[in-house]
Amino acid sequence: MNDTLANTEKKTAYILTLPAVLLVFAIILFPIFANVWISFKEVELKDIRIPEPRAKKIVKSISEEPSKIKILYKLRNSSLLQEIRDVSFNDNFPKNFEIENLDSRCEYKKSSLKCEFGNWPAKYKENFQVIFSTNDGSKIDKKRLKSVKPKLDGQSDNILLNTNFTLKNFKKVLFENEFVDLLLTTFYYTFFGTVGSIVFGILTAQMVNQKFYGRTFMRSVLLFPYVAPVVALAYTWELLLDPNSGTLNSLLLNYQIIETPINLLGQKYIEISIFGFDFKLRLALTTVIMFEIWRYFPLAFLFILARLQAIPKELYEAADVDGASPFQKFFKITLPQITAVISILFMIRFIWNFNKFEDVFLLTGGASGTRTLPINVYQQGFAISDIGMGSAVSIVIVVLLLMFMFFYFRLLGKRVDEN
Amino acid sequence: MRTKNTIIFSLISTLFLIFLISIWKILATLQGLSINSFNIELLFLLGFLISLSHLGIGNKIKSIYKSIIFSSVFVFCDGYLIQKLPVWYNVGVFLILYFFSYKIGKYSFIGLKEEHSTQVILFDFLTLFGILFFSFVILFPFYMMLVTSFKTQIALLVNPLDFSINFGQDIKDLFKSYFVIFKSYKFGKYILTSTIVSVGTVIITLLFAIPAAYAVARLNFFGKTFLSTSILIIYMFPAIVLVIPLYTIFSQLGLRNSIEGLLIVYTATTLPVAIYMLQGYFKSIPKELEEAAILDKLSWFGIITKIIIPLSIPAISSVALYVFMIAWNEFLFSLMFLDNPNSFTLSRAIQYLSGDAETPRQYLMAGSVVVTLPVLFIFVYFEKYLVSGLTAGSVKG
Repeated sequence: MNDTLANTEKKTAYILTLPAVLLVFAIILFPIFANVWISFKEVELKDIRIPEPRAKKIVKSISEEPSKIKILYKLRNSSLLQEIRDVSFNDNFPKNFEIENLDSRCEYKKSSLKCEFGNWPAKYKENFQVIFSTNDGSKIDKKRLKSVKPKLDGQSDNILLNTNFTLKNFKKVLFENEFVDLLLTTFYYTFFGTVGSIVFGILTAQMVNQKFYGRTFMRSVLLFPYVAPVVALAYTWELLLDPNSGTLNSLLLNYQIIETPINLLGQKYIEISIFGFDFKLRLALTTVIMFEIWRYFPLAFLFILARLQAIPKELYEAADVDGASPFQKFFKITLPQITAVISILFMIRFIWNFNKFEDVFLLTGGASGTRTLPINVYQQGFAISDIGMGSAVSIVIVVLLLMFMFFYFRLLGKRVDEN
Repeated sequence: MRTKNTIIFSLISTLFLIFLISIWKILATLQGLSINSFNIELLFLLGFLISLSHLGIGNKIKSIYKSIIFSSVFVFCDGYLIQKLPVWYNVGVFLILYFFSYKIGKYSFIGLKEEHSTQVILFDFLTLFGILFFSFVILFPFYMMLVTSFKTQIALLVNPLDFSINFGQDIKDLFKSYFVIFKSYKFGKYILTSTIVSVGTVIITLLFAIPAAYAVARLNFFGKTFLSTSILIIYMFPAIVLVIPLYTIFSQLGLRNSIEGLLIVYTATTLPVAIYMLQGYFKSIPKELEEAAILDKLSWFGIITKIIIPLSIPAISSVALYVFMIAWNEFLFSLMFLDNPNSFTLSRAIQYLSGDAETPRQYLMAGSVVVTLPVLFIFVYFEKYLVSGLTAGSVKG
């Protein structure tokens, strides 16, 4: 009895979870494996369109012979690269139609024309013509003839399914594509974006954790950048930072803080000298990182605030009795209490920033030294149309991420052991 | 010690005052006033004097009179002696100064003798500064988005810093950008598509997630721990990695440029977090209720629809709102899968609009307002639900 109950429970559980598991498998896990497959192939964007046999039907009346009609089919192979095998053709006509010239590849039965065209090589084209006459001499309805579309069918290789593999993509990614620069840019973007958003998160959480008028409103406002659509925010920033008519540059010029406009999103380097040291700052990358911090510090804020509110008040009261200063309280009580949250946040944000595509894409499109790995996936796959290369870059991303997670957990584990 | 504290107090409060006035000046400049300098030296001098005299006067005058005197002196110097500016500007300065003297009102000579008083002052002013600074930094872009959508191309060319809105003009002129994007750029259709996609994603996600979450929370089966741990790991996986395989598969299946395609992808990407959030809540429902239901021979379908769902309306609404926001804001997949303007979502439509360099920016900003407003409205209105959703599942983003 008990056994069958457990069995039904199991069955129910599988029925309940199956739809979700299948969907997630099909859309998330399967593509990751598919990526590995594609990354070892030479595939371009145009290859993934399956070649189709196509026919354009043109109906022409023959002068002085109203009971006759000429139909021209412009046949072609849609693919410029691949052949189509065993092309078959089928078109239907009114019952009173009789065919005048039957091609050897075709047969006409029960008012339907069936042809077997055999194999069509790539770029194949043919003008195929048939003439019909009506057996009762009635008028021919050209419009109706045109509205009936011929059906074509054929077989072709799917370039994705054959077993030609190559290491070319990975060689290109790792050795040709300024890979080191790409990695460094991605690292700067990810690391400084993550650290910046956590620092601002700590500051704002500390702030909102105190009592002041309008505190709940403040909490909502702080989350605005995180919940608003990225498209709207990115274009607003672009408009603010525009060198020609942007508000920021206009303001700075107006107050005579700068003499010429600064192209914050379009300039790769800016020369800065501090204490006599001249160095080049990657300007566009810095701006993009600023945007990232601005957009994602609310998440850190939310996490840290939740943690701060859970710290027992007694700790601070005891510190007050001991005469601790506000800064001592912050460094000795608050910070140690939030380190656990910060380490989780660091990992989450690091992973997500590493994969962030939209923000950079919308702000700079990857120009002026802001090309990160995700941007490169898009550029390789869709701008240069090399699907195989795009996949190879994706694989590099996944491998790097797994490595990061592995080391991060090891490091965390060690620190937990030490404590 | 007291002199040092006095100087530090005056310095910090003066810097704070300079910050307040500068923000006000920036906002005033953006209303078309020609203010070409912050006059920092003057602000510094005035602020320092006010802070010092506040300490000096102490309680000899009632604090209200003191504040009014300070404010009037400041307004006279800044808004009249240096540069004559409109009344509304000076009223603003007066209110800021009043606020400032109210804030420094709680410090006195005696208080400055206490231990850590410099740190307390620094901490207090840093908090105040932080609140205002972050409010400004966050709200400013939203403010600019809104006001730009009400301007015209010519007006912005004449004075790129004049964002004042003329409310006297005809409604049709005021909302011209909005009329244009709805009439010429079919934004009505895009709103409809975005709504269908987002609401559809919410419904399908809940349909799939509620049973699965129930099974993970309540039933015992082989692979349960594996399933529940892999949920979050899957959620951490990057969307950009999925793009190329999905693009190729969707192209071959003819799912590109279709709402169905987007629905499938959005549902799959939001499912893990939805299951994670729901199962946590389901676990908190007392088991006894279900045991009674099992005795009444209720099937699992009955248990879910009659017991679990009614009891977890708050959790389900928070998941629904969260999923809605993700689907509404989503950009990457809509960029990849949609290239026919007839099937665009709002985000994709705005990006398409910006691709044309000829598009006036007020249209772009009007579009941005249209896509942002619903989300902000939902967020502010349902904040309680959403914040719990964000903290539970906020690995997204």
